Amino acid sequence: MAKRDRLSGNEAVAIALRQINPDVFPAFPITPSTEIPQYFASFAANGQVDTEFIPVESEHSSMSAAIGASAAGARSLTATSSCGLAYMWEELYIAASNRLPLALALVNRALSGPININCDHSDSMGARDSGWIQMYAENNQEAYDNMVQAYRISEHPDVRLPIMICQDGFITSHAVENIELLEDEEVQKFVGEYNPENYLLNPQCPMAVGPYSVTDYYMEAKRNQAEGMRHVSRVVLDVAKEYKKLSGREYGLFEEYRMDDAERAVVMIGSAAGTTKDAIDRLREQGEKVGLIKIRLYRPFPASEIAEALKNVKAVAIMDRAEGYTNHGGPLGADVMAALYRAHADALAVNYIYGLGGRDVRVKDMENVFAALKQMMADGDAGETYRYLGIRE
Amino acid sequence: MSYNFKETMNKPERLAPGHRMCAGCGGTIAVRNVLRGLHEGDRAVIGNATGCLEVSTFTYPYTAWEDSYIHNAFENAGATLSGVEGAYKALKRKGKLDETYKFITFGGDGGTYDIGFQSLSGAMERNHDLVYVCYDNGAYMNTGIQRSSATPMYADTTTTPVGSQSNGKPQNRKDLAAIIAAHDVPYVAQTTFVQNFKDLHVKSEKAIYTPGAAFLNIMAPCPRGWRYNTPDIMEICRLGVETCYWPLFEVEEGKWILNYEPKKKLPIEDFLRPQGRFKHLFKKGNEYLLEAFQKEVDRRWDELLFRCSR
Ligand SMILES: Cc1ncc(C[n+]2csc(CCOP(=O)(O)OP(=O)(O)O)c2C)c(N)n1
Ligand code: SF4
Ligand SMILES: [Mg+2]
Repeated sequence: MAKRDRLSGNEAVAIALRQINPDVFPAFPITPSTEIPQYFASFAANGQVDTEFIPVESEHSSMSAAIGASAAGARSLTATSSCGLAYMWEELYIAASNRLPLALALVNRALSGPININCDHSDSMGARDSGWIQMYAENNQEAYDNMVQAYRISEHPDVRLPIMICQDGFITSHAVENIELLEDEEVQKFVGEYNPENYLLNPQCPMAVGPYSVTDYYMEAKRNQAEGMRHVSRVVLDVAKEYKKLSGREYGLFEEYRMDDAERAVVMIGSAAGTTKDAIDRLREQGEKVGLIKIRLYRPFPASEIAEALKNVKAVAIMDRAEGYTNHGGPLGADVMAALYRAHADALAVNYIYGLGGRDVRVKDMENVFAALKQMMADGDAGETYRYLGIRE
Repeated sequence: MSYNFKETMNKPERLAPGHRMCAGCGGTIAVRNVLRGLHEGDRAVIGNATGCLEVSTFTYPYTAWEDSYIHNAFENAGATLSGVEGAYKALKRKGKLDETYKFITFGGDGGTYDIGFQSLSGAMERNHDLVYVCYDNGAYMNTGIQRSSATPMYADTTTTPVGSQSNGKPQNRKDLAAIIAAHDVPYVAQTTFVQNFKDLHVKSEKAIYTPGAAFLNIMAPCPRGWRYNTPDIMEICRLGVETCYWPLFEVEEGKWILNYEPKKKLPIEDFLRPQGRFKHLFKKGNEYLLEAFQKEVDRRWDELLFRCSR
């Protein structure tokens, strides 16, 4: 039985965590993710969870402690944003290489400098190659649903990799929206008990974690991580199928919005997809064949599936809420264009940098993007493929 | 806790031979003897910061550790074991674990005094039930003998080399044991390899079995970095204590206790002379450096006596 409520994205994720009742949650405050540990601390203070909540002295330590706890055999997680994620960089790689299925509730915020507390994806994009699974949400409901599904994916025996559940700072983390929550027992049953195979606190068999590895072995270890990644898409889809039975809500690797006969498409991540959908609805009313691909799973990257979804599209705009400083666009742009190239696609493609540091994205802005795609089709040429949206030049 | 040397020494080794530490390294001597503080039958999870000890005892696919062991990174042994200890509490609370575990982490002076200082401070302040052991060899040995804040004044290291304009490290060493004591943790102690290891054994057992956070600072000479005759390690340690360079003390629930007072305090030269890293201090014209060193040792010793007299 679902319960309807009105919640911010942070509260929704905190409630998902209460329902999951993880074992260890070390955390350190940073806007806009601070509320997640705050809500959770009060759950712990009121005996609503059995979790060991550890208010540590830094994000480097929150991730380090989450790693220690996970290696010890506990279900662990932390939450952070921006500089906090940057501060735990080294640890992200260590979590992944140790094949520890811990979770990170990430509330996306711009990296300094200049220091800025608002949304963009520069924090998690920088961590895209760290070996973590990355999942993004458009709205509060998705942030909640992704959190509930997280451990089923990360702990799957074929995967065993850490997972980052991302949502947009303030835009979803602080905005209150209608949301449907599952019952506590439903979540507990869905997520299940965590029973690792090997762990530090196993009285039957001690374990050593975190070796020094010479050249002879390092590369095999890295290849092994890639093997775990290979199974992620399948597991994500299996878990989503089961989740649909429970919640009625459908999830995939990405969402295709009005893509059936679309000639022009936008590919993007996060909350601005909602705005884009509005723009698409308006343009569709005028008979324009436009659509959207909204990425849910960004790491691993569902390249061939995206290329397939774009196969009949003539012009595509890939929207990056992070710079890549390559002089030709951002990380999502590079990923999608590489996918198109591999699929021998001949769609014209451009890459927009947008929404940095919380810069507003309006319906009108997205209509302009679709208009630019129309122009490209008329010209038969993409023109400048590295563009900024909504910038004061 | 009554102490029996023979029984303690006869406990099974928890760090197996065959690791790759240098022969005569103080680091492994510290580890093996700290682990003798564990009661037989009790399990432990051992943590370790990056450094000589870690890269030489857990080189994939081999481990020298009989107990469960975790190395995470250089600067986070305190936080990592906080998480392990948190997991223990949570699993106990959920009825998923019956056995008793103890938590002991080892860090070099670099991983403890310097880069891991914040993580250590956090773990101590939160009073996790764990022991942090610093095996202090007074430099970053693993990366080739660079200075740390534990390096003694005037030591010749690869980042404080002696030269025509340099007498080695200009600064004195950080008094970490006092800083950790100021965290108001239940147990802090400083020790080294003297008195047939009794001091180290007794303090290790106390540290491990005192509920809450404990810190052990162990002078663990490195023959490579200190440049003394390797077999003389016990003599080097004895001189460290007899010159009052490395006093033996405990801080129990805030109370400072001096464990040993030399009958006759030896001059600091006796400790410095056998070590190649201090060779330049014995050149003609450098007597003033020895004097300054002695003055600093005296000042710190007096300060310690004062703390212990209250
Ligand atoms: C973040 C980071 N910086 C630097 C290093 C390189 N590094 C590894 S061990 C080490 C020195 C270790 O010194 P110490 O803690 O005193 O241990 P020892 O090797 O002397 O036993 C350094 C600088 C590292 N591994 N990680
Ligand atoms: S270099 Fe020094 S600290 Fe490192 S293993 Fe050798 S003796 Fe031990
Ligand atoms: Mg050292």
